[in-house]
Amino acid sequence: MPVDVDAVVLSNARLSPDYNVLALAAPDIAIRAKPGQFVMVKPGRGDHPLLRRPFSVFEVLRDTGGVTGLSLLNKRIGVTTRTLFGLEPGAAVRCLGPLGRPFSPAAPPERAWMVAGGVGLAPFHGLAAALRARGVESTLFYGARSAGELFRLDAFRRLGVRLALATDDGSRGDHGRVTLPLERALRRLDPAVPLRLYACGPTPMMRAVTNLADAHGRRTEVSLEQVMGCGLGGCYSCVVPIRRGGEAPRFVRSCLDGPVFDGGTVVWDGLGAG
Amino acid sequence: MSVDLSVNIGGGLTLANPFIAASGCFGYGVEYAGVVDLGALGAVAVKGLFLDEREGHPPERIVETPSGMLNAIGLQGIGVRRFVAEKLPRLRECGAVVIVNICGSSIEEYAEVARILDGAEGVAAIELNISCPNIEKGGMMFGSSLRGTHDVVAAVRRVTRLPLIPKLTPNVTDVASFAVAARDAGADAVSLVNTFLAMAIDVETRRPRLSNVVGGLSGPAIRPIAVRMVHECRQAVSLPLIGMGGIMNAEDALEFIIAGATAVQVGTANFVDPFIWKKLLAGLTGYLRRHGLAGLTDVIGSLELPARNAPCA
Ligand SMILES: Cc1cc2nc3c(=O)[nH]c(=O)nc-3n(C[C@H](O)[C@H](O)[C@H](O)COP(=O)(O)O)c2cc1C
Repeated sequence: MPVDVDAVVLSNARLSPDYNVLALAAPDIAIRAKPGQFVMVKPGRGDHPLLRRPFSVFEVLRDTGGVTGLSLLNKRIGVTTRTLFGLEPGAAVRCLGPLGRPFSPAAPPERAWMVAGGVGLAPFHGLAAALRARGVESTLFYGARSAGELFRLDAFRRLGVRLALATDDGSRGDHGRVTLPLERALRRLDPAVPLRLYACGPTPMMRAVTNLADAHGRRTEVSLEQVMGCGLGGCYSCVVPIRRGGEAPRFVRSCLDGPVFDGGTVVWDGLGAG
Repeated sequence: MSVDLSVNIGGGLTLANPFIAASGCFGYGVEYAGVVDLGALGAVAVKGLFLDEREGHPPERIVETPSGMLNAIGLQGIGVRRFVAEKLPRLRECGAVVIVNICGSSIEEYAEVARILDGAEGVAAIELNISCPNIEKGGMMFGSSLRGTHDVVAAVRRVTRLPLIPKLTPNVTDVASFAVAARDAGADAVSLVNTFLAMAIDVETRRPRLSNVVGGLSGPAIRPIAVRMVHECRQAVSLPLIGMGGIMNAEDALEFIIAGATAVQVGTANFVDPFIWKKLLAGLTGYLRRHGLAGLTDVIGSLELPARNAPCA
């Protein structure tokens, strides 16, 4: 059962002119959150903006006494994300969660490859921690506009994650899409080695990753970022066309049946512009 | 001093309190069973149901606008038979008072859906959605003509004795005449308002923000218009009215009640705060205490109108 808290901002680390990590004192949510789950967030109480926005839980924060809260990886795009970028410690943010269906973490000997584009890095810190706890060998393929927007690499390294980077401007890693290093790695990997992929980022990227993986006989779990109204299954706005078995595609709610889906079941053409 | 929040919304149906979850904003109710005590709500109006399953419109289905939102869900739904088989038992278990919102592409379909619900256990009332702005056939097509309103209500009236609540569209010039038509056709109450037909455009791409191009506006932005419409209906009919449109707290609800609504529905605000119900009840109770009133019925329609033709100051 989700809980709703007025979470105090513990810190706001601005990583670049557009990205920040907002630490929130929401231990009751953080304790229950599983990798891939999300929270519905609203800074302030007014009517504009009115609705909450969905955010992946980025990190579960701990000190010596235990879990103290969670953090969000935020990119300044719209009204809410601009407000979240500007918040100072002590401000309060309404935070409802944890919500949604989490990733299913791989187990040895299966390997895990996480593929992130931009702010799509958000769900992978938690997943990487879960994979490490299970002793799964994992790699993060991470693409961004430029070197300055590749964040928290050390945190992933500390979790034993191997890194493969790509930037649009070539300032770090492969010059171009994150699918470049991914495709190389897929070709190189012995097909007998069990592997599961996870992807989060722009829709075209997740689609490309799913198709690439599929061509190599691999499955991908994607974490979709649909526009959401309520996060609880009440409004039917966050639907995704999903094809299961041989049946015709069905619109299913991303907040209840997702946000994590088997990439092979997503009908990408019907996903909407967002 | 304890206060009495119970209200009689017509057709012999009494609710423990006036707060109803608005159709389309609360799934089939069961989604919220783990979040709130469904039995503590006055009633739950479930998502609009046709006879058969419907897929609804492709994304994007909602977009936020100043102090409101547009939706064009397109009435995705599981159909009335699956609702009765799969959702109603759980709603009964939770002690929910269930109002089923029904739709049709034809008058016959409305009547058939109502007939099925009439025979089901645990349906407290039927809300006739003749006001959905998001579908091509049915919905607002009936609700924006006096004739259509009368014919749908009369046809459904013939097949069920369940309390019948036509839900009016605000997308008409004279909403009160529709309340009159609904009453004359045998309605027990009317609910209003459904959403306002509206549109938003992304100027960078020059595309509509909703896949359906147009959608329905809800939320605080529409509240003053909705209150005015309840006021107009109150002048025209003596049926119980169920008011809604942008209610975010108890004070907003009281505006509708004072204007003449016996009960209210809360839609968009539930998205913002799924735990809103306790706060609404506390706020309403506090108001009655503060005003030394024993029951909510003392407030319904208690609007103090200024004297007509008062000399100009
Ligand atoms: C996402 C969404 C879906 C809706 N679906 C329905 C529906 O299925 N049937 C119906 O009669 N009204 C539907 N409505 C209208 C609401 O029940 C209500 O009349 C309207 O939203 C105004 O109330 P509010 O401002 O409190 O949301 C829907 C509204 C929204 C926002």
